[in-house]
Amino acid sequence: MVLAQALQLVLTPEVLITMVLSGAFGMFVGAMPGLTATMATALLVPVTFFMEPVPAIAAIVTAAAMAIFAGDLPAALLRIPGTPASAAYAEDAWCLTRGGQAANALGALLVFSAIGGTFGTLVLILAAPVLAEVALAFSSFEYFWLVVLGLSCAIFVSPGSVPRGLMSLAIGLAVASVGFDNPAGQPRFTFGSVDLMGGVPFICAMIGLFATAEVFRAVVAPTRLRRAERPDTSGLFRTQWQNIRRYPKQMMRGNILGTLIGALPGAGADIASWISYAVSKRFSKTPERFGKGHVEGLVEAGSSNNAAVSGAWIPALVFGIPGDSITAIVIGVLYIKGMNPGPTVFLEQPQLIYALFIVFLLANLIMLPLGWAAIRLGARMLSVPQNILMPVILLSCVVGAFAITNSLFGVVVMLVFGVIGFAMEELDVPIAPAILGMVLGPMLEKNFVTSMIKADGDLLAFFERPIAAGLGVATILFWLLPAIRWALARRRSAAAV
Amino acid sequence: MFRRQLIAASAAITAALALAAPVAAQTAWPERPIEMIVPWGAGGGTDAVGRIFGQLLQQNLGQPVNVVNRTGGSGVVGHTAIARARPDGYTIGVMTIEIDMMHWQGLTDLTYEDFDILAMVNADPGGLMVEANAPWADAAALRDHIKSNPPGTIKASGTGQGGIWHLNLLGWLLSEDIPVTNVPWVPSEGSVAGLTDMVAGGVQLVPSSLAEGRSLIDAGRVRPLASMSDERQPLFPDTPTLKEATGSDWQLSVWRTIVAPKGMPEDVRAKLVEAIKAAYDSPDYQNFMNERGFGLVWAGPEDATARVAADDARLGEVMKATGLAAQ
Repeated sequence: MVLAQALQLVLTPEVLITMVLSGAFGMFVGAMPGLTATMATALLVPVTFFMEPVPAIAAIVTAAAMAIFAGDLPAALLRIPGTPASAAYAEDAWCLTRGGQAANALGALLVFSAIGGTFGTLVLILAAPVLAEVALAFSSFEYFWLVVLGLSCAIFVSPGSVPRGLMSLAIGLAVASVGFDNPAGQPRFTFGSVDLMGGVPFICAMIGLFATAEVFRAVVAPTRLRRAERPDTSGLFRTQWQNIRRYPKQMMRGNILGTLIGALPGAGADIASWISYAVSKRFSKTPERFGKGHVEGLVEAGSSNNAAVSGAWIPALVFGIPGDSITAIVIGVLYIKGMNPGPTVFLEQPQLIYALFIVFLLANLIMLPLGWAAIRLGARMLSVPQNILMPVILLSCVVGAFAITNSLFGVVVMLVFGVIGFAMEELDVPIAPAILGMVLGPMLEKNFVTSMIKADGDLLAFFERPIAAGLGVATILFWLLPAIRWALARRRSAAAV
Repeated sequence: MFRRQLIAASAAITAALALAAPVAAQTAWPERPIEMIVPWGAGGGTDAVGRIFGQLLQQNLGQPVNVVNRTGGSGVVGHTAIARARPDGYTIGVMTIEIDMMHWQGLTDLTYEDFDILAMVNADPGGLMVEANAPWADAAALRDHIKSNPPGTIKASGTGQGGIWHLNLLGWLLSEDIPVTNVPWVPSEGSVAGLTDMVAGGVQLVPSSLAEGRSLIDAGRVRPLASMSDERQPLFPDTPTLKEATGSDWQLSVWRTIVAPKGMPEDVRAKLVEAIKAAYDSPDYQNFMNERGFGLVWAGPEDATARVAADDARLGEVMKATGLAAQ
């Protein structure tokens, strides 16, 4: 009965057309390097003020879901990740594309994004209240360990030597410490600049490290970036059946881990994607192929990333607690539409909540055809000659960086980080750990300092709460694992002798 | 074919951005889009108020009003951008109470006197919120508990160090003659983060506005003890004012004002104030604020400036007394 009412609310031409249009809009915004999913959502909000509740929410949810997937597109085609979450597997996806397997890489990202999103939504429908309770038990102690785990993953997954990974991570952490928005509330490394008081704008730095550096490389070594053949994108979906059958465990692991991490208001898709990628590498039979064009990591991290986006709705709908800026925007819209998030909305307006769930599911389904179209269009980009493509990328970098800060400051940051990224690449220092350092650095500091204030400086407090203790032990084991393995192997060989 | 689309798309975006560039104008204002600077991030309360106002001003003035988020530096970046813009009526902005704090902290020389304050359109009183199962029946019991226990028994959170709700706590403690070191502050990214941490058992008190705790109050996880206003709030009729609860005279509200750089032409200013008043009175704005649980307060240019100035003096006193002010 309620379900029928809900279907009636959703399956109207108005809602469906809104979803397709906002989906295409989200796809475009997400695929432009530098324009983010948050921006797509914020731009839609004034439009939704004057819409009915269901189409209004449908528009925002669909645009956000598309934009997050679309961030994978430039990652796979040009090695320019659209979001920090796609930075985890950008290298793998790009290597696959270069090796002529564009269809496999993009198909995997698309299909497993949709699967992950759907899985997260199903969990949201079935278990939201229970999971939200668990998420509410997370305090700074628990988040501290989660962030430490995430940072450890960055070094573990980075290709090449550990010292180089550490160096890159240190660069990221150093950049993250600039600014006024730290726990002490004191300006750091701002050199009197009002712009730097806000810290180094992260998205601008990321565009610089990946996209601008790529343009610089094309200028220095034009032969390397000859006009590429248009990659074959036929059979996009066929190859994915094989992937599902070959990596069912990886897919489920990514789904579950992503949903759980996404449900935590202080974590999100970025951490989920990196931890999943690391887990995938750790348990893989062929870890040596990671980072060189291996689809296994894409399956797991791609599922995890979108499952986390769906998982973020759990605390948002049950307690009105936003996990990221997109859910924060949607919570605002829900209030305006009279659907105040909280336990009561499930009781008082069940048809609206069910309508919302159906919209979430539909958004993940629409992703398949829209994503397919975007991949077909995007793949043509590679057949554009480099001498035209690179200037256009640079232009879109400038526009994106400007749009983030609405001032030239963002453009300057982007250019400076372009030079840094170019230098790092030339010196074989991986870029991905620096990105994670910039994302997690402020969280690490904040959670450590606030925990210390709460515990009056007692370090043992990090092990006093049950979940924190569990996460702490897991993190320390993760660090010691190589040493333990080495010791065991030594003992065994000693016993053999 | 696709190449052309790509170039066309880039050109369209560039053109859209170019529209915001200054063009010399002397004829009837407004004849081109107006920029509305919001010093806080997309998705927050100030952003929401800025965006609905932008939309309504657009209807009244017949020109697009583009909302631009200039974030960072605890609001210094955005407020500076508004004050330094050309006073031609094509740049306005949303000013928040942080303007009355940052110059005391020595972050900037900018004060409210650098702005032409056109209207106050919203104010949300601070409050005292505790976890639903906390042992204190009312604010007076909480105060006595803080007074009679060693420092650090109760910790509070809700903004960064020296942020507005931190000052709200300090102002309250000072008014009750309690040493401010009795309640250590745990910095957080905002009220919601502080409230979530309180429910998780990390802190015991959040002195933010009740509006920000609404969903958790409705869910029965958080209990409001007092509202720092002269009257009870319509959304929380059962929550006493601080005066009723403990007898303290401390009051603090966070507000949002619509401002412009100083020195606008008189006719433009009059037109703008009129359009803002019309937007405030529109049912769209009233409904929006009521649904979000934001407090509706109207003050014209003179009254708004007086309120902002009073808060500036009050916050300065607290910050000097507690060592949060520079020097």
